[in-house]
Amino acid sequence: MAQPQPRAAGVAPLEGLLALDLTGELGWLLGKILADLGATVLKIDPPGGDPGRHKPPLIHGPAGSVSATWVAFNAGKQRLDLDLAAPGDRARLLELAGSADFVLESEAPGRLDELGIGWKVLSKRSPGLIMTSVTAYGQDGPLAHFPASDLELMASGGAAWLTGDPDRPPVRVSVPQAAAWASVNAAVGTLIAHHHRRLVGRGQHVDASAQCGVLPMLVHAPTFWEMAGVNPMRAGAFLVGRNVNGARMRNIWPCRDGFVTFAIYGGSAGRLSNRSLVQWMAEKGMASESLLAIDWDTFEVATMTPAEVERMEAAIAPFFLTLTKREFLEQTEARRMLGYVVATAEDIAADPQLTSRSVWADADVPELGRAVRLPVGWFRLAGPRATL
Amino acid sequence: MSATIEEPGAARLGEPPAALADLHVVEFGGFAAGPAIGKHLADHGAEVIRVESRLRPDGFRTNYPPYKDDQPGIERAGMFAITNNDKLGVSLNLKSSAGLELAARLIERADVVIENFTPGTMERLGLGHEAMSARNSGLVTISTCNQGATGPHARRAGFGTHLTALSGFTHLTGWRDRSPSLLWGPFIDYIAVAYGAVAVLAALEMRARTGRGCHVDLSQYETGIQLLAPVMVEHFATAAVPDRMGNRHPTAAPHGIFPCSGVERWCAISVHDDAEWARLRAAMGAPGWAREECLATAAGRKAAEDDLERRISEWTRDRDRAEVVEILRAAEVHVAPVNDMRDVFEDPQLVHRRAFRRLDHPVIGPHSVPGPAFVLPETPDVIASPAFMLGEHNRYVICDLLGVGDEEFDCLEAEGALQ
Repeated sequence: MAQPQPRAAGVAPLEGLLALDLTGELGWLLGKILADLGATVLKIDPPGGDPGRHKPPLIHGPAGSVSATWVAFNAGKQRLDLDLAAPGDRARLLELAGSADFVLESEAPGRLDELGIGWKVLSKRSPGLIMTSVTAYGQDGPLAHFPASDLELMASGGAAWLTGDPDRPPVRVSVPQAAAWASVNAAVGTLIAHHHRRLVGRGQHVDASAQCGVLPMLVHAPTFWEMAGVNPMRAGAFLVGRNVNGARMRNIWPCRDGFVTFAIYGGSAGRLSNRSLVQWMAEKGMASESLLAIDWDTFEVATMTPAEVERMEAAIAPFFLTLTKREFLEQTEARRMLGYVVATAEDIAADPQLTSRSVWADADVPELGRAVRLPVGWFRLAGPRATL
Repeated sequence: MSATIEEPGAARLGEPPAALADLHVVEFGGFAAGPAIGKHLADHGAEVIRVESRLRPDGFRTNYPPYKDDQPGIERAGMFAITNNDKLGVSLNLKSSAGLELAARLIERADVVIENFTPGTMERLGLGHEAMSARNSGLVTISTCNQGATGPHARRAGFGTHLTALSGFTHLTGWRDRSPSLLWGPFIDYIAVAYGAVAVLAALEMRARTGRGCHVDLSQYETGIQLLAPVMVEHFATAAVPDRMGNRHPTAAPHGIFPCSGVERWCAISVHDDAEWARLRAAMGAPGWAREECLATAAGRKAAEDDLERRISEWTRDRDRAEVVEILRAAEVHVAPVNDMRDVFEDPQLVHRRAFRRLDHPVIGPHSVPGPAFVLPETPDVIASPAFMLGEHNRYVICDLLGVGDEEFDCLEAEGALQ
């Protein structure tokens, strides 16, 4: 697939480096990140192409239909089909690996060894090679050989436990996250290994686990267990753990055309934000006596009782229902309130901030016979630029 | 495994050198977005010096439970402890000219500066990339903020929870018939942190080639959208607006989280082809309902999904979670426990991977910090020292690293430059 244009102009820190990308879904984004940074990424697929290309949701074009995820995470890579079980193609792969700086893969542990193209073989032929493996649970350990899809990884990594409504089962994010989080973290490991290679000339086998890639989503929730004996759990639209009386703070509110995100916060920024909201409500004749009576200079959210929080939220909710997402976003900015909208893909596509930073670019996808629009440019240099 | 800090990244006898032992990093700011990038580098041996101030300590110290014994205090905060292991802490009053000059001297000897102040603050202090590269032409700086340093919303402040919503994740989490569900904590910050670490390492690669530093403007929002690129590609190509769908999958069924015996014990089960369905059916003892012809195909299972989920729940509900997981693993069906925040410390695979490391903090005591999500066999991470106390390494950093004499140090302290 062609590199989407414009790529952040003139910025290609990994230009001249070659990555052979043997990954499936788990590792797609890893190669994409290296391509974003200017590396030449050659995606090696089985004859007929990556089987992940056919997984829904599909998008369509005159030349065929392909997976939206496959397009999104393989943009900017070149493609070569090789049958790694056939001796001729395997020899071709070994030859390519001899000139590669990185080999990326996401097969079950041991699978490449069986094919005779594992780390031992490749590193013996080129000691400077870095090979990065992204697998569900890592290269070894009691679960290394069990299958896991995004759902099992979000579950065993603890993220599902923290999300969802209390009266229904825990949920994952509906769009798979574990593979992407694993891949971004694998990219960190890969570039740390590359930094070290610059110093010593030797590569290594980076072993990334998708289950471990999920753990950063837990942030301090495990710390609550360890330090306070509290096992935080899903609370729907509410934030917990910020109030000494156990009050839950609503963070997601229905508005006229969707949802917005806002919370009553403490601290100076929070007080300013709360005060601005009540002022705004007063202008519309919707501020209750109880809201108008609050002394914001002494207001502390951490010590409110659950009943006080509920009363306050009940007074605010009807006001948000009168607003559209766009009005909320414009006014919260003008009034220095803390809050955003719960954006859909449509909202994101229309966001002037992203347009002003040239986040969208079109790339031709031969498999579709048409161009698709992608987000680009996350690696952005500013100020005095280095020219290559 | 408590350790007194000598110098993070210093090679320990008989151990391989750390991968980033040659790097000098200075951090300004607080919370997660900047300092967690520094943690990635410190974990692999970079010398990371955090500049803080007693006048305005890191918000993770002051405003973010949990605290040791539930008592707030700047050395008692868990969130700070898990974000700042293996760093050096120095307190500087950046409102004093002497404090500011010390910060500039730290930047002068640094390879990397990481900051997440409000956009423009470093420039106002005279510590921005342009000013500092006059004193250090190889300097790599990264500024990370909500929406980037340019554009109509550049200066918009916001919490991670809210930015996670703006970036589309929240809309895609929860049940279609209900309000979206909140994701835990500043979810998007940790996407931006990993991209931020990648950006720093890429900028260093650029410097190795050109001899010149550069400044990276990282928008947390834009890194979040990288992870939702599949949704945006689909939207632009088909005008569809993808929605949350509980635990369901576009084609696979069953694909859900099911109750096990006990209170709040759950397991995830998913079936990705018809052969796997046959294995699940057999593992459940081939009950009559599961032998229905219509369930033999993915389309049939998808059509009967409500019923299918109810029936599977009936099978899991009276069984211990471990038993369900064991039965289905033996049957080669996709399954996993929904680990809670106690389970993650005991999960045998996470224990094997050393996903959490025990450190001994002088105030908090023994506690765990997260390790990297990857293993580098030739250059293992060097996580060993708990988070610094505010100003803990003032004398080492200012006297030993910057070469300030003891007498001058005492003067600086007396005049308030080290507050």
